[in-house]
Amino acid sequence: MELDFGPDVRDFRDEVRDWLADHLVGEFAEHRGMGGPTDGAAWEVRLAWDRELSAGGWLGVGWPREYGGRGLGLLEEIVFEYEYARVNAPYRATVNALDLLGPMLLKMGSEAQKKRFLPPILGVEELWGQGFSEPGAGSDLASVRTRAERDDGGTSRSSGAESGGEWVVSGQKVWTSFGVHADWLYVLTRTDPRSVRHKGLSLLLVPTDQPGVEIRPIRNLAGQDEFAEVFLSDARTSADMVVGEVGQGWRTAMATLGIERGTTLLPQQLTFEREAEALIDLARERGALDDPMLRRRIVDAWISVRIMRTTNLRTIAELTAGRTPGAQATTAKLYASTRHQQLGQLATELAGPAGQIVGEDYALDRRQRSFLLSLAETIYGGSSEIQRNIIGEQVLGLPKEPRP
Amino acid sequence: MDLTFSEEQDELRKVVRSFLAKHSDEATVRRLAADPQGHDPVVWGRMAGELGLQGLAVPEEYGGSGFGYVDLGIVFEEAGRALLGGPYFATVALAAEALRRCADEQARHDFLPGVASGETVATLALTEDIGRWDEQGIGLTAAHDERGGWRLTGVKTYVPDGHLADLLLVAARTPSGISLLAVETTDAPGLARTPLPTLDQTRKQARIEFTDTPARLLGPEGTAWPALERTLATAAVLLSAEQVGGAAAALDAAVEYAKIREQYGRPIGSFQGIKHKCADMLMEIESARSAAYGGLWALDTGDRTEIAIAAALAQAYCSEAFTKVAADNIQVHGGIGFTWEHPAHLYFKRAKSSEALLGTPSYHRELLATRLGI
Repeated sequence: MELDFGPDVRDFRDEVRDWLADHLVGEFAEHRGMGGPTDGAAWEVRLAWDRELSAGGWLGVGWPREYGGRGLGLLEEIVFEYEYARVNAPYRATVNALDLLGPMLLKMGSEAQKKRFLPPILGVEELWGQGFSEPGAGSDLASVRTRAERDDGGTSRSSGAESGGEWVVSGQKVWTSFGVHADWLYVLTRTDPRSVRHKGLSLLLVPTDQPGVEIRPIRNLAGQDEFAEVFLSDARTSADMVVGEVGQGWRTAMATLGIERGTTLLPQQLTFEREAEALIDLARERGALDDPMLRRRIVDAWISVRIMRTTNLRTIAELTAGRTPGAQATTAKLYASTRHQQLGQLATELAGPAGQIVGEDYALDRRQRSFLLSLAETIYGGSSEIQRNIIGEQVLGLPKEPRP
Repeated sequence: MDLTFSEEQDELRKVVRSFLAKHSDEATVRRLAADPQGHDPVVWGRMAGELGLQGLAVPEEYGGSGFGYVDLGIVFEEAGRALLGGPYFATVALAAEALRRCADEQARHDFLPGVASGETVATLALTEDIGRWDEQGIGLTAAHDERGGWRLTGVKTYVPDGHLADLLLVAARTPSGISLLAVETTDAPGLARTPLPTLDQTRKQARIEFTDTPARLLGPEGTAWPALERTLATAAVLLSAEQVGGAAAALDAAVEYAKIREQYGRPIGSFQGIKHKCADMLMEIESARSAAYGGLWALDTGDRTEIAIAAALAQAYCSEAFTKVAADNIQVHGGIGFTWEHPAHLYFKRAKSSEALLGTPSYHRELLATRLGI
């Protein structure tokens, strides 16, 4: 896919291209295409690559200059991500902070928080993990039970001001991607013990380097220690580490979730297109194209990847034109995740018995890893069932399920 | 990169939608469905006179407005939404396109202005009893007569609106290949046209027997297939846009009903069994929309290969999406959706007839596979 985003950004595009050509070399080039939203492969190399990007000023292309960003517009961000994906550069290890926490702070954070936290994100000096889900709060995120209480007699009392004191946090969080690497967590907590559901929640920033925070890796079904469970036992963070208003944590958390900015669409798209091409090559190699049943499924896999492309381009065109994206922006995740799984199923089938053999220590090849990790795509970021509720209620206006 | 609609295009959609809400409401759709001719010349005249819909994408030099295929696709999407009956698809998606693509400048000057003004109802007569859309499916022959003209002999059938077309563009086998010939039907000798009763009564078809029928050869003899292939690709994309519109209307109906119909003391749309079905319907529609719009954009900006690929993809996907959504609409409605009186079946039958109109989804998948070199 060759996309031209117009004459205004051509110089910028060339600058990105030249930089990538000069720097995506050696070890970094050997790790092209490595990693993903739930794929922690080659972590150290990817972290080094993030530092390379940081040194070149390519993290936070759209963030304001005062916090270390480039201060460019959405179109430039999209061009950057597209060029980045075109050369199949490694998936950024710091993506959680870059895509989720950073934009949340930019939108809802205090000036002090922005100054304190944004530059170290772009400098790859502090890594972040998300503390939203709990054992009892998955799709039903509003039932979080992790509690945070103010301790104004704590170690920070000397400041004496309203912002003095600390939050003391206790509870359990789970499915924290790359949690074992996190220096800080952004945690959804219940700060009003009498509150229920969406009310009385607050979003706190909690450092992990303290006795009250224990992070244990959870092995996923692909054999990777990618996500983690987090045990908070009287973990402490200072009183000014609440993002947005106290008691308004739900609003803070939701303000950045589910907002499609268009920057992640093309990288994911190019990955799917590469996999579809590989699928066809594999089918050709194994003589599967002459089997009418397989042939049909192969064509359908190609069709779905091409449809994803147009869907993404529609959304990007609307966003860069300053329009509100249409319904396709909401249905795209449901479509892409289910079709990507089908593609993985088919590829595994085409690989035959050889595709069933893994390496030493459950080492997976690219196809096996992508296939297994695709199973998470209908779960994270709002499961397919939740997606259908959102589409039904928020796009189509169907009535909500009555609560018992 | 311009994969979004302009304000002018939004406005066009609005105008067409409000016109069709008036002139292709359910009562009109049913009246035309019940009528063997299935054509309302008064509305046809207003479509041309007030909105210029027949000539929208016809180049200005031939009496049209010279708009692009994306604009025309908007009209087809709205036509599909309103289940517009009559010969719009036959005239605009098939015949006008065949004229634009054929290698005969004089024919364009002779015929396109009539099409654009709404004076001429036209269609493409391609399929025969064997029911194929490829070159091999054409068996009807045209032969030289003693005065240097051409005569057609054979049968075309499943011809969209063939019973009422003033102008037939006929794909025929001639000594050196496939040729395109024109027959003006008024007082044409050796022409017998029989309307075929159709499962989908909103879309009429005819069987046409040619017996030594005089015809005008368009372009050099034996060279018409590439133009026909391109015509079928364009029509496939426009049909896909129509299918998207039909599916969107079916979903609207399902959602409206799910909001007001109560069972177990609450609207059925609050049950996930219904809500999730509606969500899946929307996902299908938006995916089909991408397939159809991708085709329209290719028609306006793509090269020959891109158009061929996008068109096959659009038909393969949109046909099945419309059928699935139209069937789900009946399911959401339950018993009432199974009645003749409820419009749900009109959409379902239109979906099914559209699947067959330019070749089945399987056929288009195979076209796509071939074009991709799979």
